[in-house]
Amino acid sequence: MVKLLLENAQKEGIRFLKTYRENGGYQSLEKALKMAPDNITEEVKVSGLRGRGGAGFPTGLKWSFLAKPENTPRYLVCNADESEPGTFKDRFLMEFIPHLLIEGMIISSYALGSNRSYIYIRGEYAWIVDILRQAIEEAKQNGYLGKNILGSGFDCEIFVHPGAGAYICGEETALLESLEGKRGNPRIKPPFPAVKGLWNCPTVVNNVETIAAVVPIIKMSGAEYAKIGVGRSTGTKLISACGNINKPGVYEIDMTISVEDFIYSDEFCGGIANGKKLKACIPGGSSVPILPANLLLKTAKGETRYMNYESLSDGGFATGSMMGSGGFIVLDEDQCVVKHTYTLAHFYRHESCGQCSPCREGTGWMERILKNIETGKGKMSDIDLLWDIQSKIEGNTICPLGDAAAWPVAAAIRHFRDEFEWHVLNPEESQKRNYGLANYASPLALVS
Amino acid sequence: MVFSEEKMNEVNRLIASYPQGKQKSAILPVLHLAQEVNGGWLSTEAMDYVASLLQLDPIEVYEVATFYSMYNLHPVGKYIFEVCQTGPCMIKGSDDIIAYIKEKLNIGIGETTKDGMFTLKAVECLGACGYAPMMQMGKTYREHLTREKIDQIIESCRSMNN
Repeated sequence: MVKLLLENAQKEGIRFLKTYRENGGYQSLEKALKMAPDNITEEVKVSGLRGRGGAGFPTGLKWSFLAKPENTPRYLVCNADESEPGTFKDRFLMEFIPHLLIEGMIISSYALGSNRSYIYIRGEYAWIVDILRQAIEEAKQNGYLGKNILGSGFDCEIFVHPGAGAYICGEETALLESLEGKRGNPRIKPPFPAVKGLWNCPTVVNNVETIAAVVPIIKMSGAEYAKIGVGRSTGTKLISACGNINKPGVYEIDMTISVEDFIYSDEFCGGIANGKKLKACIPGGSSVPILPANLLLKTAKGETRYMNYESLSDGGFATGSMMGSGGFIVLDEDQCVVKHTYTLAHFYRHESCGQCSPCREGTGWMERILKNIETGKGKMSDIDLLWDIQSKIEGNTICPLGDAAAWPVAAAIRHFRDEFEWHVLNPEESQKRNYGLANYASPLALVS
Repeated sequence: MVFSEEKMNEVNRLIASYPQGKQKSAILPVLHLAQEVNGGWLSTEAMDYVASLLQLDPIEVYEVATFYSMYNLHPVGKYIFEVCQTGPCMIKGSDDIIAYIKEKLNIGIGETTKDGMFTLKAVECLGACGYAPMMQMGKTYREHLTREKIDQIIESCRSMNN
């Protein structure tokens, strides 16, 4: 399978500039600096690259929204605040092949006219802060950063800014608040960052993987990049796979592979661990709807489901899910959906910034009710109450954290209501054993 | 609490990474430094000191320090075990790891051992889901945790302090 980002990631010494360059590194930058900045944006548009952080918004289009008033600085900010449960792909990329991000940052900064760009990285990735700063230093010593880069007349500096533990700072306006030295409270939009972002200046915020993907796009051209993949899912995508599988880890896929192949082939997840059966999966990070095995492997129409934006969302939230951040969480037959949903509800309650009451209060309610059901103290009416609360959070908050908290709860009830009811009806037994597979898995999934 | 000359150089480097007059942006990284120098937690004195360095009102620092989970606002042990308890780690047995640490060190979540050596925290997703269960210890991650690994980690912390 074609690899554009991680092809050299496991090569010895690739963390350092010398080896990175020996493997073709910084050639895209040299090429880019000979192009007009707007032509780079055009290449990114043609490539069909979509934001890899979770929303999947077309990157070239986002870049073209950037306001360019005279005498006002513009900023590129890289979102490396990876904190969506199930997601650890950006960490892998930055840890093993940091120069790919740095090269992508310089090219993107040149395209957008940012002379001062920032990488906002979650504070817990403390050792990666050091890796990135070292890579930046190396790039500077080799003339790839600083004044008049490679004689192009373009000046650029990159700074690494560590966060301090707040999921909400992955939301782009909260990230900008945090970068300005404030609490991570998302801003009301509009104005969008493209007009008023960092320090009120026009700003583009892109995910690590998105920025890294600019390097192969420039190398091979947007049109060639767009030939990889299928439909509007162009290029490659990093998937971080975890849970009850034989081979957890970060995989680069070209989005034409089926979900079934991704889970069961030895090249990727290697099947369900310990000979167990697949029960459910959250395919795109904890916020996206959980799917039972039958709907995960096939769409409601009975067609094969593929690992791409369109196929994963086929059927909408009724029978589909989302590509999201590519955080692929697999649950086997021994896992309890109620308990898993409870840990997620706890997560969102903890991470709510507290600005909007539907999210601040609603996430707390959902956590408490789920805890009651999980510990055998739930009532039948709690399940409907839970549904009611999530429906009143969704769409009623400043930022998408409210939706992100509501969706997992809604999907768990939608697809696993029997399991919630079983907990309520069997308070003692549910403390001793899990509900198991029951009616969820398709015959296909029962082949372990 | 006062920064050494070396730390002050670092503070000045951090401030210089933002445009002139935007030194408030340095709050987060400077608070990390202050916490490191101040024995792993931020006292009011430490926060006031950061405020004075960045020419801010103390409240601007307090409101930030209380928002982010990496800042400890109470004294902590020399080693902090921050065990992830979110979904993907739960699937792989983080409950058992937390229970084992509690039993072994005879402390609850958020507590510190009497000798001031260990603090246990249960934290949210740290981006190591494929290597679960795991915990953060200072600047590093300890992954694929088992009871035996916990024993070894505790043992090696203790032996370094004998």
